Amino acid sequence: MAAFRRYLRSPAPVLGLVLLMAVIAMALCADLVFPRDPLALAGRPLQWPGTNPRFWLGTDGSGRDIAAQIFHGARVSLLIGVVATAIAIALGIAIGAVAGFYGGGVDTVLMRVTEAFQTLPNFILLLVLVAVFGSDIVTVTVSIGAVSWPAPARLTRAEVLSLRNREFVLACRTLGMGDLRLILGEILPNALPPVIVYASVVMAVAILLESALAFLGLSDPNVASWGNLIGTGRTVIRSEWYVSAIPGVAILVTVLAVSLVGQGLNDALNPRLKERT
Amino acid sequence: MSGLLSIRDLSVRLPRGADRSHALIGVSLDLAPNEILCLVGESGSGKSLTAAAIMGLLPGPQVFAEKGAILFEGRDLLRLSEAEMRAIRGARIGMIFQEPMTALNPVLPVGRQIEEVLEEHTAMTRAERVGRVLALLEEVRIPDPASAARAHPHELSGGQRQRAMIAMALALNPRLLIADEPTTALDVTTQKHILGLIRELQRSHGTGVLFITHDFGVVAEIADRVAVMQHGRVVEQGAAEQVLNRPSHPYTRALIAAVPTLAHSPRGRDFPCAPVLAVRNLSKTYRAAGLFARRRTVHAVKDVSFDLHRGETLGIVGESGSGKSTVARCLVRLLDPDGGSMVVDGLDMAALSRARLRREARRVQMVFQDPFASLNPRRTAGDLVAQGPMLHGVPREEAQARAAELFRLVGLDPAAMSRLPHEFSGGQRQRIGLARALAMRPTVLVADEPVSALDVSVQAQVLRLLRDLRDRLSLSIVFITHDLRVAAELCDRIAVMHEGEIVEHGPTAEVFAAPRHDYTRTLMDSIPGRTWTPPALEPA
Amino acid sequence: MKFLAYAARRLAASLPTLLILLAGLFVLLQFAPGDTVDALMAQAGGGDAVMAAELRRFYGLDLSVPERLAAYLWRLVRLDLGFSAIYNKPVATVILERLTPTLLLMASSLSLAFAAGMVLGVLAARRVNGWPDTVISTLGLIFYATPSFWFGLMGIVVFAVKLAWLPPGGYGTVGAGYAGLRLMLDIAWHLILPTVTLALIFLAIYLRIMRAAMLEVLNLDFVRAARAKGLSETRVLVRHVLRNALLPMVTLIGLQAGTMLGGSVVVESVFSLPGLGRLAYESVVQRDLNTLLGIVFVSAILVIVVNFVVDLLYAKLDPRITATG
Repeated sequence: MAAFRRYLRSPAPVLGLVLLMAVIAMALCADLVFPRDPLALAGRPLQWPGTNPRFWLGTDGSGRDIAAQIFHGARVSLLIGVVATAIAIALGIAIGAVAGFYGGGVDTVLMRVTEAFQTLPNFILLLVLVAVFGSDIVTVTVSIGAVSWPAPARLTRAEVLSLRNREFVLACRTLGMGDLRLILGEILPNALPPVIVYASVVMAVAILLESALAFLGLSDPNVASWGNLIGTGRTVIRSEWYVSAIPGVAILVTVLAVSLVGQGLNDALNPRLKERT
Repeated sequence: MSGLLSIRDLSVRLPRGADRSHALIGVSLDLAPNEILCLVGESGSGKSLTAAAIMGLLPGPQVFAEKGAILFEGRDLLRLSEAEMRAIRGARIGMIFQEPMTALNPVLPVGRQIEEVLEEHTAMTRAERVGRVLALLEEVRIPDPASAARAHPHELSGGQRQRAMIAMALALNPRLLIADEPTTALDVTTQKHILGLIRELQRSHGTGVLFITHDFGVVAEIADRVAVMQHGRVVEQGAAEQVLNRPSHPYTRALIAAVPTLAHSPRGRDFPCAPVLAVRNLSKTYRAAGLFARRRTVHAVKDVSFDLHRGETLGIVGESGSGKSTVARCLVRLLDPDGGSMVVDGLDMAALSRARLRREARRVQMVFQDPFASLNPRRTAGDLVAQGPMLHGVPREEAQARAAELFRLVGLDPAAMSRLPHEFSGGQRQRIGLARALAMRPTVLVADEPVSALDVSVQAQVLRLLRDLRDRLSLSIVFITHDLRVAAELCDRIAVMHEGEIVEHGPTAEVFAAPRHDYTRTLMDSIPGRTWTPPALEPA
Repeated sequence: MKFLAYAARRLAASLPTLLILLAGLFVLLQFAPGDTVDALMAQAGGGDAVMAAELRRFYGLDLSVPERLAAYLWRLVRLDLGFSAIYNKPVATVILERLTPTLLLMASSLSLAFAAGMVLGVLAARRVNGWPDTVISTLGLIFYATPSFWFGLMGIVVFAVKLAWLPPGGYGTVGAGYAGLRLMLDIAWHLILPTVTLALIFLAIYLRIMRAAMLEVLNLDFVRAARAKGLSETRVLVRHVLRNALLPMVTLIGLQAGTMLGGSVVVESVFSLPGLGRLAYESVVQRDLNTLLGIVFVSAILVIVVNFVVDLLYAKLDPRITATG
């Protein structure tokens, strides 16, 4: 509760929260506002925004309604962002906690694998995964999650490593507490806040990764995606630049909102950790 | 008084939202040339902020001197411009800090950092500066000054780093030296040398020293005059001899009454029955291994043997790196010993499997040093105490009832059981930690520096509680400490550790009165203020 | 000496990492539906099964997976990246032809991001919570949230289409036949927009880290000690704060090298630069897995080399590192 009040004290996180709510609202009511398939032909192609009241954000080169694609795209971006982040964070916490707690050989092996993943540019690894497993939306989401876990894993490991020898954990050990209870009950609750905050970074990157993939035409072509729309707008960029510009703003706003919320969470949760000076 | 430094009625404002409005209220101090004034107080008394105010380095725009004057060599420092102040800092006023490791820039060679002072304030050439740096390092008696000048801070020992800091502070022969707890982070034997060095340099240069400390032993060792601070005010000021032996203010009297005395060591008692803990030939070695690094073995503990009887307190004393904490951690098996046995009530704890050890955990329990780190910040105080018994099958209600009882036993209100650790003070947290250990009804209690992180007056309360509980519950305690005064106050017997071995072992009074081993003698000799016996005062 | 030993240790430590990575990827690629031969056959407009089998034998695709993994790793040790059926050249040749634009792009973007991030970070930290800090931090957040391909496209719209200040893409003026200095200037001219585009996200990250590092170091004891020596504010900042605050920045170069290479895929595609990133994209589209694997190998080597250099640099900046190693 105190953390929530601290969160609301500065304007930037509040703005982030409002923007994020707006994007979520767009995603939720996409079917109500635009019940038709957003990828179906809706009218004459390349109508500028404001010229036709039916398409207030205009139409793209294939005559599809841009506003409808923006609303439905919000759903895709958020869904991919949340699910991929959940996968990455869950994997990261599990691997990081085990590596940090047990140390020694287990740690060495897990960290070598983590480094191997980090040595490969994550977007190139993503390309490989998509090339191998195809580019339907489930594969893309899982692949983004699979390339994003190393950073949360390292963060969790570092936290667990510093908590493992903290006196309160040692005290529980001397009370005769088992490893599982020690990890789940004592260490993780104290290790998680920074990892949760970091989830916002993972989510921002996940949304950007998906949009880049879709921009290159390597994501699922059967769902409305902002990146895809930017990609299709490329052919008419010299004259009808709005086709690419509008979805870009949508991505920017969403990623900005996620980052701002993450930063707000960080500031709200941190005083507890920094209380001792 | 025609002094070197004269602080008149100084008040320093704190930012809104702090726990009080002023850090300093009407502080007046006088320091003559060639004099050491000790500024004593507990944490939060404002002593360090006084130093910052003199240096013109108060933190931030919200903490500022509201009124008063700081007269130094006839000028009011509060009225000087930043440029004028900069010309004084480092040249006319030098400063040394508590933690020489963090007060030195880790990425620059020590010599360069000393040279900077000369570079900023003098027109000396590079060669002259280098020569002067070497002369300074010589003067503070750093072994091999030339290589010390080239070394980075991490390559020097704690004592050498503090010597380098002193060289830096005295580079331009300042009239005033401010020393902010300069020996607190050091071992006693090193502390003795550093105190001696400060005293000697101060005498030979006629410097005035403002020496900030919380330790009355250090005060007795070095002070000409003493000022005692509490909550931002100077409550008493006078000649050292007078303040130490005939304190007049109730707060000073309470502080001095809390200082453990070396003179009356506790009763020597006979413990005829079999020991509850018998440690034999305990050893622990660390191996630093690496693919390319050379393998090093460090013998942290070598062949340590001792007995502990029921109701007895054994003090294990030593400096950092002596192996005393390793012994403590082996006793509770946070570390696995490499050899030897630790028999508690007929069971060798050193030989137990992990699973068996968890079941037998109650035999040996530990009280930790750090009152902040030793309690999980997310559990209520009651849960922390009830946790242990519950792990071993005691039903929740019963464990909570036992916890409430323990709260009363350690002098806490059971109503506070639902609060989180951060709502308690440091002393209260140590009481919770003690209750947590006692909840297991241990055969042996291991206390690892349990009062080192506490202020003197709180330390005295916790020590009193420990002694009281020991006598009432017949606790058998292994008490680890670096503080010989504390050991003398509490322990029946003392084991002195040095480089992993017990070099001397005997009843406390005997060890203190007639140390046999050379190292013990050095250690006893290093106790600050060992010739001063705190007067017997009724605590206010 | 200690320094060299440290460097050797760090380099040796990255070898198993590389091995895990390559073995993992090779096994992964076995899941790929269709192989190079399928792609070739499709390109040739079909063919019979006999020819396919023959081609498979030619490319060594008829062996068992462990055999092929062993053969693959052995080839890599000899720096033989295999043959690209699509380009009809050895993969190594294809990659080498495409390496320069990517290296140029990465180096220039990294320098820009590092330098600008450092300057802005210092400015923000100097006036923390004042208006310059607010402006700089807000800009940083926006840069961070902008998809680079979109920023590139908008850059093209504004600077190439509307203002006609800069070329919209390509690696040089087609058919100009420049040589020497003129050629270099022409390439630099074409790389301005791509560099800024790629640098922007990283600039945001560097600026944030620099600001945080400055604020942290400013609170350390040795800064207080430096002030107590009477040093001027500039000297305190440059000699004591900056040097220490740069340490996390240097670490970040190593951490971000891979991400930057990944970012170049998109940027090269936006600006039609004939680089490694674009090659990666093309080989995915053309199912040229041999080339893709080669790119992965080269990228990993690049990242390891960058990290090696960063480690050396770090050890030079922070004397503590070789001691604890």
